[in-house]
Amino acid sequence: MASQKENSSAQEPKKKVRKKRLLSKLYPDFIIQRDLEKCIKCKICIRECTYEAHGWDEKREILTEDHAKCVGCHRCEAMCPTGAIVITKNPSAFREHDTWKPWFIKNVYKQADTGGVLLSATGCAVPFRNYWDHLVLDACQVTNPPIDPLREPMELRTFLGPKPDALQVELDDEGRFYLKTKVGPWIKLEVPIMFAAMSYGAISLHVHQGLARAAKELGTLYNTGEGGLHASLYEYGSNTIVQCASGRFGLHVDYLKAGVAIEIKIGQGAKPGIGGHLPGEKVTEEISKTRMIPVGSDALSPAPHHDIYSIEDLRGLIYALKEATEYKKLVFVKIAAVHNAPAIASGIVRAGADVVVLDGLRGGTGAAPTMFRDYVGIPVELALAAVDQRLREEGIRNWASLVISGGIRCSADVVKAIALGADAVYIGTPALIACGCTMCQRCFTGKCPWGIATNNPKLLKRLDPDTAFERIYNLVHGWAHEIQELLGAMGLNSLESLRGNRDKLRAVGLNETELRILGVKHAGE
Amino acid sequence: MAFEIDAKDIHYRQVNELIREAIDQGAREIVLKNVNGQRYLAAGISSEVKIDVYGTPGLDLGAFMRGPNIVVHGNTQDGAGNTMDEGKIVVHGMAGDVVGYAMRGGKIHVASDVGYRVGIHMKAYMDKVPVIIIGGKAGDFLGEYMAGGMIVLLGINSRYEHRPLAGLFLGTGMHGGVIYLRGEIPSYHLGKGLSLEPINKEDEAILEGYLVDYCQDFGLDLQEIIDEKFFKIRPQTHRPYGKLYAY
Amino acid sequence: MDIFIPNKEISGCGLSGIINRQGELVKGELIIESICCQMERGNGLGAGFAAYGIYPEFQEHYCLHIMADSKKALKEVEELLNHHCYMAHQEEIPTRPTPGISSAPRFRRYFVKPRYEGEVRDLCEGTPDEDDYMVNLVMHINTHIDGAYVISSGRNMGAFKGVGFPDQIANFFRLEEYSAYIWTAHNRFPTNTPGWWGGAHPFTILDWSIVHNGEISSYGTNRRYLEMFGYHCTLLTDTEVVAYLLDLLIRRHRLPMEVACTALAPPFWSEIDLMPEPEKTLYTSVRAVYGAAMLNGPFAILFAYNGGLVGLNDRVKLRPLVTAKKGEFYYMASEEAAIRAICPDPDEVWCPKAGEPVIIEMEPNTIPNQRSYLHGQIFDLSTPICRFPAEEEEE
Repeated sequence: MASQKENSSAQEPKKKVRKKRLLSKLYPDFIIQRDLEKCIKCKICIRECTYEAHGWDEKREILTEDHAKCVGCHRCEAMCPTGAIVITKNPSAFREHDTWKPWFIKNVYKQADTGGVLLSATGCAVPFRNYWDHLVLDACQVTNPPIDPLREPMELRTFLGPKPDALQVELDDEGRFYLKTKVGPWIKLEVPIMFAAMSYGAISLHVHQGLARAAKELGTLYNTGEGGLHASLYEYGSNTIVQCASGRFGLHVDYLKAGVAIEIKIGQGAKPGIGGHLPGEKVTEEISKTRMIPVGSDALSPAPHHDIYSIEDLRGLIYALKEATEYKKLVFVKIAAVHNAPAIASGIVRAGADVVVLDGLRGGTGAAPTMFRDYVGIPVELALAAVDQRLREEGIRNWASLVISGGIRCSADVVKAIALGADAVYIGTPALIACGCTMCQRCFTGKCPWGIATNNPKLLKRLDPDTAFERIYNLVHGWAHEIQELLGAMGLNSLESLRGNRDKLRAVGLNETELRILGVKHAGE
Repeated sequence: MAFEIDAKDIHYRQVNELIREAIDQGAREIVLKNVNGQRYLAAGISSEVKIDVYGTPGLDLGAFMRGPNIVVHGNTQDGAGNTMDEGKIVVHGMAGDVVGYAMRGGKIHVASDVGYRVGIHMKAYMDKVPVIIIGGKAGDFLGEYMAGGMIVLLGINSRYEHRPLAGLFLGTGMHGGVIYLRGEIPSYHLGKGLSLEPINKEDEAILEGYLVDYCQDFGLDLQEIIDEKFFKIRPQTHRPYGKLYAY
Repeated sequence: MDIFIPNKEISGCGLSGIINRQGELVKGELIIESICCQMERGNGLGAGFAAYGIYPEFQEHYCLHIMADSKKALKEVEELLNHHCYMAHQEEIPTRPTPGISSAPRFRRYFVKPRYEGEVRDLCEGTPDEDDYMVNLVMHINTHIDGAYVISSGRNMGAFKGVGFPDQIANFFRLEEYSAYIWTAHNRFPTNTPGWWGGAHPFTILDWSIVHNGEISSYGTNRRYLEMFGYHCTLLTDTEVVAYLLDLLIRRHRLPMEVACTALAPPFWSEIDLMPEPEKTLYTSVRAVYGAAMLNGPFAILFAYNGGLVGLNDRVKLRPLVTAKKGEFYYMASEEAAIRAICPDPDEVWCPKAGEPVIIEMEPNTIPNQRSYLHGQIFDLSTPICRFPAEEEEE
């Protein structure tokens, strides 16, 4: 308003074009440092950088840098044949202020520049207390022997699905015991680690292929996400969870029958309460085929499922899916961990879900409004402890399995989750980091220079499916062995004896409320 | 003349004191009568004395011993020959679990069955090669983590008609030494990466050498034992876990 | 939810048990001698005995052995029992001053039957429902009456236990004055916290009694599993869960004894994968459904009930267990010497395989209120029920 007035009062005949200055570009997050003595001007950095942060000055015949465009993915640094490039944090500092940290200042600039909603990728970046880091595990000393997983059996096998409270066993005509109770279907996992929903579209086909193969080799499951199932992946059906989210992309009966389970995605830890957008830029020919939408059009997932406005509607969808698949598939229901998670989880179990998935505050995403990513939802550690306890108090813990996701970073996190009461966990981000992701948090651009969160045919080539498979497989293989070692040190030789065994946990530096919710004693007690 | 000790209702500490006293007085043969459950008999004794035990000795018979020749006229409990160094234990019955744990030399001959984890982490060094020969059958984890020495499992004198020759996880983690079996067992009983091999002439000669002594102890016919087909189990590598770690 | 559960205790101990299949009575001296032979396995911080067939005059009544810290606690228990039970008799449990035993709590025994109120009376009295009634009563006393604990609650049986060496506890409770057709005994070496009278073995519920050597590393999982079914662990020792698991799996879920033992010490997945049907499906389901009932960690346990004695090892056999037979007598102990101390010349001595239960049940119709759980034919006593040695039945 003020500027308009000024303009009109100045009686200039020629309207001066106001030069728009983007303040957010003035203070780059990163600085590209180039060692000119080492640089051989091969221009690989230019080709590798999808954000065009590197340039070439024809006149001066030198490489140039646009620091503002650098996202800190380190691709150029990694690919530079002479080691001439280092990406550093911009040392240029604002005056120190504990409330007005550069993060907030820059965000204000960005929004003032564009009027838009702040967008981020990955999970919550705010340093809320990470409860995994305040929990420690037990080990045997004298009173019982630690067990060495290298030579003694150490069992990680887990069955997902509803279990009856009791079994009925009878003798057959030949005097052998047989099971009279009808059980299952159950899903057998050889490691309690599954791959979380990441859609084809959000991540590359090659990563999807790698995940599928790794799941098969490891005896676990991967999740298609809501982007449908690429034709090349149907062969991994027995290791596949197909997702049914609000957008219902690529969802047809063959798809529903393709896996061993169907996950109804109600919410996602990174963005509880809202839907998702796959920008049209990421909708390529292949993706359009799989998602069954036109090339280049945005793939929009609504916030709710428009056939679920209440818990009885959820029951409706669960049974619609079970009917359509002849009760041969397990139905997972995934929610974001929110304040009232225990009551919601109880309702989901009673609605007939076979597996409840809690996705916590730190759950990742390819794109979420920053305010949601950082401030909506609760830490999954607390949600898990509360939900497990609630289901036990209601006597329905056996009716469904409990899976958590969001912020699992290492095998010890997995062990702690299981001790708190989880049947299994999902990992997403660690699998991507295994493939080379550097957490630059720009997945939504479709320009992932590492070939992970993109389906640009040129970028896709940067990560082949074999490499993706091998690296993801190695990661989980290593974690599985670490889990065996940790179990053995606790004197357990089977994972089911850790499940819900909070005696194996102690807390360091938590207050009474936190201890009560986690159901864990403080270290020293 | 054998020096006789009546162990009835005597604490193991006193029994061992009497044994040591007798050795100090020059006894070469000692007879222990009415033993029942006394632990640590002859533990740590460095002397080539012969000790005849009547009854059921308790845990850790002959632990850490260097030299004695113990003959048990009955069964022994768990832990016989624990970390023994030299000498011999002959058991005219069955032996319990964890026989010859970390044994580094000498011999253990058992007439009948043994329990679980027998010969675990036996090791050999220079001219010290420990040997365990079992007349009956063995439980799970036989030769677990074996680093050296020899275990021979005959299966000729067992009270457990329906049990397999050896239990599960046979030789698991084995990285030295050799296990000889008189007869076959299903491959899923073997530790990871191990397999049964037929024995060769050299093995036959070695086996015969040790079995002659075993047959003498129990009055058995050597020919009858070696007429059956033997198999051997050897470690695939001396570093089974070389690839375990990420640095 | 109370998260301040005091530390459970863990212990390495000695066990001994005797059963006569014809119901012949065995004098207390015998079991005392057997357990005392394993003195080395305890440290004077706990010992205990369970005896079956010791109250024939009140054989139809549940006998509650109550341990109480104070008169007040005992009075509260009595008020509760007066409201909820018919009582045939009550008395102090006879004890005698014993050197080395000090500050013993009070012990009384009550011979009771459930008193149902209102219309359920006709429905429930004299039915198996009475067992559930008693379980609830025991849980109520243990959780609600401060300073009072139910030490045993079965018919025609009782548990005697406390802080001391086995000879001291036996002397204190005058056990040489009792004769029983099943005895179990325990000599304790607690390691985590000082022993207390309630934490000694055996642990019991109804006529189940259990003595245990080892540590149950899965205690936290087992305890939370049992809580879902109304069992509350109050005695601060890991072994308590075993008594409740037996009651849940065998009496309430009616699993055959053999299958219940498999749930407690299951085969490895690698073994199950090689099994033929119907075993493969059965044991896969047992592990999937009863995974939280699995006892993980080293253990050898003996448990008894009106009609049987069972010995069971953990699935990798980290604690010792030896069994022997002489005529109709069967013996189970941590060490062979403990058996030979009272039976120098057994017909047979053998070591059970890991995870394979040795189940010795009495001849049918031998004792009052006899129970048989073999093959799952609960309350049906018409079939031969001895299982020994285990191999004989494999064909």
